[in-house]
Amino acid sequence: MYLFKYILKRLGLAILTFFIIISMCFILVKLLPNKQDVGFGKNQQLIQKRREMLGYDKPIMVQFWRFWRYAIVGEFGASEVIFQGRLVWDVFVERVPFTVALNIYSTVLSIPLGLILGIIAAVNKNKWPDHLISTGVMIFVSVPSFIYGFIVQYLLCFRLGWFSPVFIATEGAFSWAAFQSYVPAILCLSFGSIAGYARTLRAELSEILTSDYLLLARTKGLTKNQATVRHALRNAMVPIFPAILGEFIAVMSGSLIIEQMFSIPGVGRLYVSSIQASPPDYNFFMLLSAFYTLIGLLAGIVIDISYSIIDPRIRVGAR
Amino acid sequence: MADNKYEMNNIPKEKFAFASREGRLHDKKLETKPVGYLKDAWIRFKKNKSSIVGAWIVIFIVLFAIIGPFCFNQDYIHSYEKDVDMRRYQYLTPKLSFAEPGSGFWDGTKVVEISESQYKIYLAREQETGQKAIVKVIDTYTARGYGGADIKMYKCRLDTYANIDVFTKQFTYDEYCKLQDYQLETGRQVILPWVTYYDKNQQSTINSKVFFNNINVWYECDEKGNPTFDQDGNLVNGYKKFKDLSNPSTIKLHDAYYSIRLEKDPAYGKIGSNPVTAQNKEDPTIWKDNTDDVWSVDQRYAYANPYVSTVGKEFETPADKVAYATNPVNWSYTVRLNPYEYFVYKYGFEPHFTFGTNANGWDIFTRLAQGARFSLLFAVAVSAINLVIGAIYGAIEGYYGGTADLIMERVSDILAAIPSMVVTVLFNLHLSAKVGVVPALLYSFIMTGWIGMASRTRMQFYRFKNQEYVLAARTLGARDRRVMFKHIFPNSLGTIITGSVLVIPGVIYSETSLTYLGIINLDSPTRSSVGAMLSAGQGMFTKFPHLVLFPAIFIGLLMVSFNLFGNGLRDAFNPSLRGVED
Repeated sequence: MYLFKYILKRLGLAILTFFIIISMCFILVKLLPNKQDVGFGKNQQLIQKRREMLGYDKPIMVQFWRFWRYAIVGEFGASEVIFQGRLVWDVFVERVPFTVALNIYSTVLSIPLGLILGIIAAVNKNKWPDHLISTGVMIFVSVPSFIYGFIVQYLLCFRLGWFSPVFIATEGAFSWAAFQSYVPAILCLSFGSIAGYARTLRAELSEILTSDYLLLARTKGLTKNQATVRHALRNAMVPIFPAILGEFIAVMSGSLIIEQMFSIPGVGRLYVSSIQASPPDYNFFMLLSAFYTLIGLLAGIVIDISYSIIDPRIRVGAR
Repeated sequence: MADNKYEMNNIPKEKFAFASREGRLHDKKLETKPVGYLKDAWIRFKKNKSSIVGAWIVIFIVLFAIIGPFCFNQDYIHSYEKDVDMRRYQYLTPKLSFAEPGSGFWDGTKVVEISESQYKIYLAREQETGQKAIVKVIDTYTARGYGGADIKMYKCRLDTYANIDVFTKQFTYDEYCKLQDYQLETGRQVILPWVTYYDKNQQSTINSKVFFNNINVWYECDEKGNPTFDQDGNLVNGYKKFKDLSNPSTIKLHDAYYSIRLEKDPAYGKIGSNPVTAQNKEDPTIWKDNTDDVWSVDQRYAYANPYVSTVGKEFETPADKVAYATNPVNWSYTVRLNPYEYFVYKYGFEPHFTFGTNANGWDIFTRLAQGARFSLLFAVAVSAINLVIGAIYGAIEGYYGGTADLIMERVSDILAAIPSMVVTVLFNLHLSAKVGVVPALLYSFIMTGWIGMASRTRMQFYRFKNQEYVLAARTLGARDRRVMFKHIFPNSLGTIITGSVLVIPGVIYSETSLTYLGIINLDSPTRSSVGAMLSAGQGMFTKFPHLVLFPAIFIGLLMVSFNLFGNGLRDAFNPSLRGVED
């Protein structure tokens, strides 16, 4: 029951936070100069009419009310710059699958690899496999993903010619052709995650392997492998699992740079191009800012709750 | 006997002696020095080999950032903004000044595969400019060209510094004289003879056989662009020639002027040093002097293609000429230039760029050092400001607790939930026009950056505020501020400092990402950023990997070394790890 109450409380706070942040964003965007386009050869009456329709002539508070009334049902208006006239929500829904597919592939690749490397390093602590893996992890955790992007693009795509350097598939996000185009991007996204998982698991597991209850497990007759798999690994998953869950929630937001680099038509690229457009496409900006804020808030809640689900001894929110 | 031995009751007085003559009793003095908190941390930091390596790399990078911009010709760096010629020297590959040409390692060469006709053009250009572009032919093979014809291909190592295209440039009279004087002084030929090209559309009257529409081609060729040879098998130059010098009335404005300073050239050896008696009305560089009645050409003007406005002007004295020449529209010289020699003439040093040049011909080494300097300074500034704000905020939260803590935590929760990209974009849109891009970026990093530091400080304050020494200080009447910053804060200093060091690579990473994505534009002739260098190089980096290679190595090295250093620092300051390694 306390968990239910805790979830409700967290959700309530998250909604409040979301409301405040998006309101601030909206007002800050509206405070920017929004000049009437007075270029040569433009029908001023039409422009005037259009601005009236969009409500730009009304006070900011009126626009604010209007924004929230429509935003709640997913209407964030039409694109004004990069997709002239199309509803931003429609474009957004079109783009989401590409980002989701990319991130699911990379998560699916990185979890097993990261966990296996972490286990190998922890079991062979202070021997050469551990040193090798730890050094690799240190490098791959620190180096930014776009550096791998360049390496992968140069070596695998350009020198060896295995993959296309940019996304070329025209079919859906989950098609085989798209998968082939995704491969370099998946690699770049995975390196960091693999290293992250390996590092966390190594730290946890090597601590647990020296613990008393593992000694007990060995004294009662389990082999080293049995003890490691049945006792140590399970306990080591306590901090890993929420991280994985958080990653799954954040799959939609984690690839701004990689999407840009490999020209993947995903949400991140949409966001960057909406900002880079001149003038910036504010309707896209509002929608995607709301999206990223929401993802961040939800990920936080889910991670916190998952701690208590996976390990009953941890009672989040309990006094 | 036994009785005597154990007679304890009456020991004679003289048998007693002082244990210590000085009359004081105390413990032995400590022979080792006491190990304080910082010293202990330092000892444990020194044991961590990887952190030491990281620290050395960090020091090396900082030195690079400080000294780097001064390690190159300063005039070259400072003329980025106004110099349009630099674009000619774009994409030069990395070259060390002492590298052996053709060794293939850091010598300014790259491997290319070119067709036979291109290969011949390179060879011919080498004959004219004296710059050996093709260092080594690695391999030749035959490829199938368009229409099924076999094309001979050359795989060769190309010196990019000798491979710069010949170009033309307009000079004013003064600039032109200066260049001529330089040539006479040093004996290095900067100006190449003027070539007239066959112009299909304008049906040029000039009898030229140089068909190729390529400024590098200086020899006569057939209609397909293949060179034609004379009977000895040499290339025939297509330089502009005198028609008839003895009769100035036949000299027309544009074909009169010509070029080559060869021994058979009629004007060869005649430098107009004698007093001038008459000058050609249309072209002041042709004159008669008092020695004989022959029209001659000022040698200094050889090789140029003077452009004179259609308004005929008469020049009586050289002074007039100078006055008129300052107007480049009316009086200018179009000159065909040897690119390598022109570089030496203009910038005063032999070109060798350690990290190569970018699309604008700018030196990547100094640009990278400038970018590094900016990144490091920026990150340290952000880290320091966040430290101050976060420490004060966290101290108040942690010390007072209760309602103040609750409210302040909600505020920081809300701020922490804003995606950093949104903050940056909004700050950039609102402030960059008013206060500049860098301050706007700084504000946006501070806006949400202090939260981590605040929560770290808050934790420390919660840990220490109920300790006895705090109670003691308060009993002695210390005010809150004094207890907070004099007593509790120094105890949490290690954690806080480590935190602010670990913030630095994060800030550099974010700044690089933002500039890479082009959301923040920090690129200008006087300022650069690593992210902008990466994104600028991305379009050409399959052809010229050095554009991206060095910035990428730099940022990778920086991140790894800072993380190693920071982790070592964290372990050293972590009291729970004290004595674990021993």
